[in-house]
Amino acid sequence: MELTGLLLTLGLVIGIFLAFGQVYGPPSLSFLIVSYERFFRSVPALVLLFLFFFGSSYFGFSLSPLTAAALALGFRSSAYQSQIFRGAIQSIGEGQMMAARAIGMSRLQAIFYIIFPQTIRLAIPSWSNEYSSVLKDTSLAYAIGVIELVREGRYIIVRTFEPMLIYIVVAFIYFILTYTGNRLLGFLENKLAVPGYEKKLSPG
Amino acid sequence: MSEDTKTILKVENIHKSYGKESILKGISFELKKSETKVIIGPSGTGKSTLLRCINGLTKPDKGHIWLDGLDITTPGINIDNVRQEIGMVFQNFNLFTHLTALDNVRIGLIKVKKLPKKIATEKAMATLEKVGLAEKAYHYPAQLSGGQQQRVSIARALAMDPKLILFDEPTSALDPELIGEVLQVMKNLSESGMTMLVVSHEMGFARSVCDEIIFIEKGVIVEQGPPDVLFSCPKNPRTREFLHKISELYGES
Repeated sequence: MELTGLLLTLGLVIGIFLAFGQVYGPPSLSFLIVSYERFFRSVPALVLLFLFFFGSSYFGFSLSPLTAAALALGFRSSAYQSQIFRGAIQSIGEGQMMAARAIGMSRLQAIFYIIFPQTIRLAIPSWSNEYSSVLKDTSLAYAIGVIELVREGRYIIVRTFEPMLIYIVVAFIYFILTYTGNRLLGFLENKLAVPGYEKKLSPG
Repeated sequence: MSEDTKTILKVENIHKSYGKESILKGISFELKKSETKVIIGPSGTGKSTLLRCINGLTKPDKGHIWLDGLDITTPGINIDNVRQEIGMVFQNFNLFTHLTALDNVRIGLIKVKKLPKKIATEKAMATLEKVGLAEKAYHYPAQLSGGQQQRVSIARALAMDPKLILFDEPTSALDPELIGEVLQVMKNLSESGMTMLVVSHEMGFARSVCDEIIFIEKGVIVEQGPPDVLFSCPKNPRTREFLHKISELYGES
């Protein structure tokens, strides 16, 4: 849970930054961002975990398993999230930016007050998808020794010899977390919906 | 020169091309305080490009534009400050979709002019009142008709106390029955002394309100003059032909 929170926040912050950089930044910046995003989207999560965890000691410093997992999965998620936000930004008409500039806003002000609030609303549905998949990807951190849900389950199995039961419980916990998370995001989506604009409410 | 007749906008020899295609080929004209001028011309002749040059959304390749004596085509000028002084009304309204009518009007006052929220709200409400939409202040754009949205967008421009408002075909995205309310607001605005430059083919509006019609074709001004003169005895046969066509299309009333 801690890991999910950490890496989602990391992914969210970097992802939003990357998306705006890619759309509104100078060509050199968007090139860098695209390279970053290509890299983190094409390497499997498990390989990234190993690269960060074992790679850190190779470069002479050592990351704790939790930090390594949060960074590896967080950067990876940021690459995916940047695409979610980029799609949202690009579906906002060019006229919004023009109108904001026309009343004297700077580019940054326009992004901050006009584009960003609309981006968030448009991004929530896809973001809840990212939440669901990231939550379950945390189970991969098992491989580098992070004490996450599956490893906790293992510890209990070693003492109780009830693998089936414990794994069912673990699965159920994942289900509850995903389900409540998505319900909350659906609730947020409806709460933020602009009256008259997004008529279809989320099934929540 | 008295205060009333000072030149607000002076456009001199503006050239603009996109790639090989040259859109504007030396446009010059002036707009004095409280004047309303209407620009007409076939589509694709650079009317919108001209407006975009004036409010700095596009840089002209050549030529100068002065706003109230300040050359806004000087390199390195703070264009955001210039834009505060120039209102812009778009064909597609471009209201901020996530904000209420009131917030659309006051966001510029709060974030750009840095007015205290209370004063900004009062001013925004007063401006909405002027366009007849005070009772819709808390509606979102999607809950308003096209005509109402355009009136809100006029209020948004007006609230900033600009020296000049540019209108880029403000009624061409509207249903015929909604055009009247927008034109009425524009007419009131013009009569109250606002300086306006309007790209529009609404000849009724042009005839009753504007001081001068500027006919642009293929990037140059073909003819300009007071509407009466242009309608009764245009010098250029092309002007006659064009005016005849749009009068047929839009009516002369």
